[in-house]
Amino acid sequence: MIATIIQRAVMQGTPLLFGSTGEILTEKSGHLNLGIPGIMYVGAISGVAGAFLYEHGVGANMNPFLAVLIPLLCSLLASTLMGLIYCFLTVTLRANQNVTGLALTTFGIGIGNFFGGSLIKLVDMDVPSISLSATSTIFKTQLPFADKLGWFGTIFLSHGFLVYVAIIVALISSYVLNKTRTGLHLRAVGESPETADAVGINVTKYKYLSTCIGSAIAGLGGLYYVMDYANGVWSNNGFGDRGWLSIALVIFSIWRPSVSILGSILFGFLYVIPTYIPDITVSTKKLFEMLPYIVTILVLVITSIRDKKENQPPAALGLHYFREER
Amino acid sequence: MGKLNNCMIKAFCNPPVHIAKRDTLVWWKAWGIRTISVLLALVVCGIITIALTGINPINLYVTMFEGAVGTPRLVWNLLQNTAILLCVSLAVTPAFKMRFWNIGAEGQILIGGLATAVCMIFLGGKIPSALLILISFVASIVAGAIWGVFPAYFKTRFNSNETLFTLMMNYIAIQLVAYFTLEWSVPKGSGTPRTLEYGQLPMLFSQKYLINILIVVLLTVIMYIYLKYSKHGYEISVVGESENTAKYIGINVKEVVLRTMLISGAICGIAGFLLVAGTDHSLKSDTSGGRGFTAIMVSWLAKFNPIFMVLTSLLIVFLEKGASKISEVYRLNSSFSDIITGIIIFFIIGAEFFVNYAIKISKKEKEANV
Repeated sequence: MIATIIQRAVMQGTPLLFGSTGEILTEKSGHLNLGIPGIMYVGAISGVAGAFLYEHGVGANMNPFLAVLIPLLCSLLASTLMGLIYCFLTVTLRANQNVTGLALTTFGIGIGNFFGGSLIKLVDMDVPSISLSATSTIFKTQLPFADKLGWFGTIFLSHGFLVYVAIIVALISSYVLNKTRTGLHLRAVGESPETADAVGINVTKYKYLSTCIGSAIAGLGGLYYVMDYANGVWSNNGFGDRGWLSIALVIFSIWRPSVSILGSILFGFLYVIPTYIPDITVSTKKLFEMLPYIVTILVLVITSIRDKKENQPPAALGLHYFREER
Repeated sequence: MGKLNNCMIKAFCNPPVHIAKRDTLVWWKAWGIRTISVLLALVVCGIITIALTGINPINLYVTMFEGAVGTPRLVWNLLQNTAILLCVSLAVTPAFKMRFWNIGAEGQILIGGLATAVCMIFLGGKIPSALLILISFVASIVAGAIWGVFPAYFKTRFNSNETLFTLMMNYIAIQLVAYFTLEWSVPKGSGTPRTLEYGQLPMLFSQKYLINILIVVLLTVIMYIYLKYSKHGYEISVVGESENTAKYIGINVKEVVLRTMLISGAICGIAGFLLVAGTDHSLKSDTSGGRGFTAIMVSWLAKFNPIFMVLTSLLIVFLEKGASKISEVYRLNSSFSDIITGIIIFFIIGAEFFVNYAIKISKKEKEANV
């Protein structure tokens, strides 16, 4: 029972982990990308579209390697493009980050739901969702021995490969941010772009790269949600407010991808726990769904009260940088 | 090879073009740039629509027009939606002008709506309708103001990041409203929101939404005067331009921030009141329908000017209504309007760059050319 709860918490947490790792990388360059929810929708639907075309193109004889690779590449490409739109507007054209981000979210969710709806029409089915069970089975392939090792297998081995990718990406991001020169430069850009520029760091390059890579990572969260968590079933607005939750997770994990790993499992835990409480009403469940946000606000308030330098948001977060304006 | 390298270094250090901040552009030039950007956006949207659906673009825009203003009922609908969006935009404007990123309008609207619904349910039928309307109006203002001032308090006291704080407050409000919607639904727990019969706003000249529209028109005028001619409005712009200057000339920045967020939240509360008592006569967790976020774009596109905001909110609502008509007629998914709105906003946002900055050909290059 406990093992199952943890397993489900990890499944709930993984999209959030992808989203928050991506957002942390972006925020470290000083850009608050509120387009993450939209990017995750786009990451999901482009993966679905890729898998859909492949599955219906080749029919029964699917190559498992290609069946994973095609949606993965589609998802990465589309979310990177979304990141590029954001970058072009906020870095090159110096548009307001919040406005751009929110517009990107509107746009991205629109794209997700629009193509979600149109793909359904292409196959002429009456059901309100796309089902990609064959691709999903491949995405969900468990590690060997998952069902033979009892609770250990359930907790650690029973997941699809994207879960492990999420954790590895978070660890790598953490390492790159804290232990490498690139990470140092990136943090410098987010803390004080003027200083970074003065010592010869190419501010624009860092901003572009971190935002685009961050978007690509966040898009994978959407892909994981559809292919693994939702068993390859796309339903419009099914992704819900997970994009905003991952932004909450960024604050909760005080801008550290490694903390994000545990944070995402905790958020996932808060998400699934109501289903395990006996006699709970549907309405009380809604109150439980409030918890991650309340916890996040508490963390935000506590970190700002303690006012420790290493726990603060990047100093230049949300400000645009124009060399001639100093 | 060495020469090429040299050239590249030269080109990098003296790029052929550079960007410089413009002095304030003449208003007609600025609006010219913005108009061009909207037209360009419409062209791009047209191309995308044809690519996706194969519909003739002229038919497309005709359909759009019909969908937005085709019949008197649609016009009233358009005006009503514009009024509500305008109301929320008015609410977030003073905060933005002060550079306080209140993206929690969504939550503040919902809490205002919730307060209204509480009054309508528990006082409905027990007191005269006019009194009930007055009480729920005040309740919605108080609720919205409290929801708005909460993040502002932590901002002024501990310098908590207000963008993230207000964002989180949205989802607490959404879940809270979802809880009460389920509790109050008939039959209980079914999710069908209860119709609130008592305390609805009355019809004026047998027009359902006229009173909403009039309230928002009044608010627009008040907000324009408040921002432009009052001492408070002046203080808001000074704090927005430079907090240090504000401190230096003796403005109590904390007080201004708290006061402004109180006002911002209160007007969001009014929007919630108008939605629950004046429009839907029910409360759902999607009552505000993303207006809290759209309003941010409306306010920003209008350069925080309440009068221009009438135009920008009309533009956004027009697009939404028109695009949803397109999706209805050509059997596209209704999210089509979100894509169109997104693209047009991208273009308008991008255009601001050309209003604020000039791309100049570098001097050296010029000399060489001469």
